[in-house]
Amino acid sequence: MSVITLTINEQLVSAQSEQTLLEAIREQGVEIPTLCHLEGLSDKGGCRLCMVEAVGTNRLMPACVTKVQEGMNVRTESERLVEYRKMIIELLLSERNHICAVCVMNGHCELQSLAANLGVNHVRYEYVVPDLPMDASHERFVQDQNRCILCVRCVRVCHEVEGAHNWDVMGRGVNSMVIADLYQPWGSSRSCTGCGKCVQVCPTGALSKKGSTVAEMVKHHDFLGWIMNGREKNIWEYR
Amino acid sequence: MTRTVMIDPVTRIEGHAKISIHLDDAGKVADARFHVTEFRGFEKFCVGRSFWEMPGITARICGICPVSHLMASAKAGDAILGVQIPPTAEKLRRMMNWGQIIQSHALSFFHLSSPDLIMGMDSDPAQRNIMGLIQQDPELARKGIRLRQFGQEVIRTLGGKSIHPAWTVPGGVREPLTAEKREKIATMLPERFDLIETALDLVYNAHETFANEIGNYGDFPSLFAGLVGPDGELEHYNGLLRVVNSEGKRVEDGIAPEKYREIIGEAVEPWSYLKFPYYKPLGYANGAGMYRVGPLARLNVCDFAGTRRANRALHEFRRLMKLDKPVSGTFYYHYARLIEILFCLEKIEDTIQDPDILNTHVRSQANVNKLVGIGVSEAPRGTLYHEYHIDEHGIIKEANLIIATGQNNLAMNKTVRQIAEAYVDGNNLTEGMLNRVEHGIRMYDPCLSCSTHAVGQMPMHVQLLSPDGEVLDEKIRG
Repeated sequence: MSVITLTINEQLVSAQSEQTLLEAIREQGVEIPTLCHLEGLSDKGGCRLCMVEAVGTNRLMPACVTKVQEGMNVRTESERLVEYRKMIIELLLSERNHICAVCVMNGHCELQSLAANLGVNHVRYEYVVPDLPMDASHERFVQDQNRCILCVRCVRVCHEVEGAHNWDVMGRGVNSMVIADLYQPWGSSRSCTGCGKCVQVCPTGALSKKGSTVAEMVKHHDFLGWIMNGREKNIWEYR
Repeated sequence: MTRTVMIDPVTRIEGHAKISIHLDDAGKVADARFHVTEFRGFEKFCVGRSFWEMPGITARICGICPVSHLMASAKAGDAILGVQIPPTAEKLRRMMNWGQIIQSHALSFFHLSSPDLIMGMDSDPAQRNIMGLIQQDPELARKGIRLRQFGQEVIRTLGGKSIHPAWTVPGGVREPLTAEKREKIATMLPERFDLIETALDLVYNAHETFANEIGNYGDFPSLFAGLVGPDGELEHYNGLLRVVNSEGKRVEDGIAPEKYREIIGEAVEPWSYLKFPYYKPLGYANGAGMYRVGPLARLNVCDFAGTRRANRALHEFRRLMKLDKPVSGTFYYHYARLIEILFCLEKIEDTIQDPDILNTHVRSQANVNKLVGIGVSEAPRGTLYHEYHIDEHGIIKEANLIIATGQNNLAMNKTVRQIAEAYVDGNNLTEGMLNRVEHGIRMYDPCLSCSTHAVGQMPMHVQLLSPDGEVLDEKIRG
């Protein structure tokens, strides 16, 4: 493992060569918004919120899937980046039916708090207003396609951590849908173990505990750290 | 020739309205219609959502009485779960509902109606509103605001916020009451009892000042409907349906609320988005099944109030009865509202002293056990019905909501007509007539946004029409 040096927001810093840019940035205590990234899951660079500017190229880079390189010079905040991040949030809000006021995750939602932090006070794009169902067939959980942002944390946690691969993605582009098994009602999916990891990692109200009422759902994903530390580092410590 | 007269935007009802007055060949009032021109469609877009979300969603129908929708919706949810909620949860729900009635009635009386009563129906419309009242009688305005504040505080203390608290849920409530919060409510109470005495004095004065108007302001025989407790007491949360006729005879009694469809039908007219519920056995034709709900109806259908001071006030109220018939003057809605505030204050005072009120078991757990849930409660404006049909997983397939204001629709139309008959003079709309029509509607404290699930704003718009449909005169407010 070698150590390299790079510049983040005009500060010279060192990082380990196999780290991602996102890890190196956060290690410096620099805030950078993410939605699809979650510590403990593989990265896919899907949401594009963690884009950074690099000196020498006009192309923006997703920090979560870019490895650090010697001499790299990146900037995490600029007018352009903030504008793009706001656009991303607005596009997410316009794509499905995000009705915060009556959502089970109101006040605890990652999408909602990111929108607030970035100053998204209106949406410039026409709402798509798709007609999407709720699936309440599972004994303990509910899936609401209206609130899904296709971050696929649920797909990844189910495949990578639980090993069940209940969830997958059907369709393309804005028509993509997270589905159980080969498009079964969740309740009749045979691969689901009912562990609830997908519910806990979901950043919005797309997956929730059955019986949750408005603003009542709070999610905890500390379990991911415990499991991954145990598996990968043999550290079995529950804090 | 059509003439449009603009008047300062003063409406003071929840929502906006259009009124048309039709004249016959002799220039007399042939018909008067109260049009509600707004539409929202909650019954439709609740379909496809989970019944667990319904209290939160339907509370958004209204910012004035979200608690009423929370109650009816959560009760429909209880019915779907098929559970008895913990006794403490029921007491807490009742307490929030009383808080709701206090704040809504205080709003109706002080903020919306008292400017008419204090300043007179013919005073300058630019001044005849709560701001004008603050200028003319700041102490009275302050009292009104303080009284309403108490109701809002009760709701906020229990539910975390005063508008749209998501605290009432299928199975009970989300948070128990703490000793500290109980103390907070208790310390606010004494001042509010004083305030209601002031309000009652005001209404007694109004009865003298407006002695001429009372008989023309929607004073007509009708049915009255509402919930009563098991012993016939005044009831706002649970109970059984009772309907009395204009002679005071009980035509329905002890009807389980979930059987409401047996006695209540819903009609529609092409000229209004507000439905026309009617008493089925008498039919819809010619307004035969017209019934009134709300504070006046509740005081007319109950046997007694059930608290010391409200019992006395109700006794006093019943002096207005003629030959043992129900009090029929719509003007007395104001009076009835104040008696209900007194009742709710006393009920809250009693309930917070209940040793069981701090019990932390406030939510029953269950899943879908029934595919239909009907929840009925008394909202400030009258009986509120929520009916949900769900699939086996709890997703709404059909929702039917009958709102209090809708049930007063036939009566409001009749009131407008009665006022128009008394005050329309020739082919012109006079200021005095317009003010009185407006107050006539306001007496019902209609919540048009609730009852049509409305969006947007329409001004109050009055048209005077000749027999061939020509607009003789027209006035717009707002």
